[in-house]
Amino acid sequence: MFEYMKKNKALAAIGALVLTAVVAVPVMAQRDPAYEAARSSGVIGEKPDGYLGYVSSPSPAIKALVEDINIKRKAAYTRKAQETNSTVEQFAFTSGCNLIMRTVSGEKYQTPSGTWNTRDSSDPVRDSRCP
Amino acid sequence: MLYQTSQLTDRPIGAIRRKMRSLATAGLILGIVTGLSACVQVTAPDKPIVINLNINIKQEVVYRLDGDAKDLINKEADIF
Repeated sequence: MFEYMKKNKALAAIGALVLTAVVAVPVMAQRDPAYEAARSSGVIGEKPDGYLGYVSSPSPAIKALVEDINIKRKAAYTRKAQETNSTVEQFAFTSGCNLIMRTVSGEKYQTPSGTWNTRDSSDPVRDSRCP
Repeated sequence: MLYQTSQLTDRPIGAIRRKMRSLATAGLILGIVTGLSACVQVTAPDKPIVINLNINIKQEVVYRLDGDAKDLINKEADIF
């Protein structure tokens, strides 16, 4: 009897793990390795308007990758703007504030004046309206 | 009469059918081309709306949207 319950508990634990994995999959969607590489090499960077920009002239592959991501971003911004009763530009800009804040050391971001900075351990230079 | 004709014209039915068919094909091709060019236009702007930003975006709006923006970035991590 006790043995049976033990086995049941083990099964429940496995079930819980599987369930967690299934639920966690959408959250764990990660960056494409080529995109990650382009970011860390500084060819592309985050702009204050919420989209990716080219720091130096990109290869056709990187250009296609950035355009693809920017289209997907715009679609996501458009959807969320509708949900929050805001404009696409407002939602994109707010996301840009966050995305620049989230850049890691070595990645590029654009300052409000338009120059490209490399992120270091200090706070990035952002628009005064950013939270 | 050697061949059947339409009541509206004395051209043979076969000729009218061929004409219609070529018109339909041309229409289809036009439709596809228009559809494709419409798709191409959906590219994200290279230099979007920097001037508009300063007019339309107020700090209070940015603060209101901040939570939703963070939420989106976390949920769709592959495009951010």
